[in-house]
Amino acid sequence: MTDPLAMDPVLLLPDRSARPWNEDLPQDERFALFEAHVTGGGKIEPGDWMPDEYRTAVLRFVEMHANSELMGVLPEREWIMRAPTLKRKLALTAKVQDEVGHAQLLYRVAEDLGKPREEMFDDLLAGKTKFHNVFHYPTRTWADIGIIAWLVDAAAIVAQQALRDSSYAPYARTMQKICWEESVHIMHGRDVVVTLMNGTDSQRAMVQEALDRWWGPLMQMHGPHSDRSKDRDLHWRIKAKTSEELRQEFLTIYVPRLLELGLRIPDPHLRYDKAAGEWRYTDPDWAELRTVVTNHGPMSQARLEFRRVNREATAWVRETILAEPRAVA
Amino acid sequence: MTDNGDRMIDEGGPVAPVAEATGILEPYEVFRQEKDGEPMRHGGNVMAPDAELALHYAREMFSRRGESVRLWVVRRADIGVLDDLDLLQPPLDRSFKKPGGYLMRDKLAAARGRAGTSKPKARQ
Repeated sequence: MTDPLAMDPVLLLPDRSARPWNEDLPQDERFALFEAHVTGGGKIEPGDWMPDEYRTAVLRFVEMHANSELMGVLPEREWIMRAPTLKRKLALTAKVQDEVGHAQLLYRVAEDLGKPREEMFDDLLAGKTKFHNVFHYPTRTWADIGIIAWLVDAAAIVAQQALRDSSYAPYARTMQKICWEESVHIMHGRDVVVTLMNGTDSQRAMVQEALDRWWGPLMQMHGPHSDRSKDRDLHWRIKAKTSEELRQEFLTIYVPRLLELGLRIPDPHLRYDKAAGEWRYTDPDWAELRTVVTNHGPMSQARLEFRRVNREATAWVRETILAEPRAVA
Repeated sequence: MTDNGDRMIDEGGPVAPVAEATGILEPYEVFRQEKDGEPMRHGGNVMAPDAELALHYAREMFSRRGESVRLWVVRRADIGVLDDLDLLQPPLDRSFKKPGGYLMRDKLAAARGRAGTSKPKARQ
């Protein structure tokens, strides 16, 4: 065993782990060192000091993501009992379990930033915080389940893959696991769609009808164009790509795969501009996006009400767990 | 980093409260982070009479060449272990949870044949 006296130099433990922006510095110097670290590609761990601006921005981003995972299972959950085969039912149940698991992981990341989970649920139910637009719509047919699992998850994974590089290290690490699981959801969704496309005329029509309904929300999902230089989340490297970059990436991968199946994309202006090296499309309905994410979408209130009822119905579980004194080892 | 060599080490730090030394050595598992942002990975273990010395030993063993940026040192007795494969890898078909559970090549070829389309070119 090593002789501890042989160590050199002996530093106070907090100093050993101290970041350059230590607490002896004046606030603005500390802020500048932190900013240089993060914008230079450095990572931040939960115990590190961070300016309120950064903490708030990460929290806001992660909380919205967590809310979306939690609310996102509701449209799919409605189809578990109506899945056409046992294998589909198992796969859909597993997907719903995965998404709730993602919410768990992400709420943990958010909690470490200082906001208690119960408060996050309060804010979600009170409409003070948001969840993604695509989860405010109804699921009308089995084809919706295929389109959601394939394309909504694909649009999400495009964003999430970029988040594996986030400056907030716990978020980046969580995204590794999430992306791994999402990739299976995409396979499941694509398999559902391809199977339907090889079915009857009415099944093909059902897929086309679902795509027609979901295309608008999918194009809105990443949000309006933003100015790279003014985007606070990009500046802090919380995320790595602008909404337009994500949308372009999504179109590049998935338009050919939709056309391959003989599906029609419901946008007469959609085309790839070779000279510019990017997709042209009809400007998404940003008014619809705003309406929907402020909880005025077709299913917003019903889904929030489901969470409210569910939260009350399961309160006894949380109370039971918290009431028991912890066993002393 | 500042040199505070004249100050005592027991002024505080990540190990709080400092466990009473018992005179009995116990194994402590050491997890190390190689680079900023990387996950904590198991590095090995050290024997120590208390949590504070365990931290010093871990530093000597697992970062004396500066190969770690962070260490987590946990008393082995405090680690909960689950290694029952019946629970962790239940012997049922879970292929629907894995990419290999979805073999689409033939289905895609059939769909292309019907739609009269061709396979999309591989992305650059």
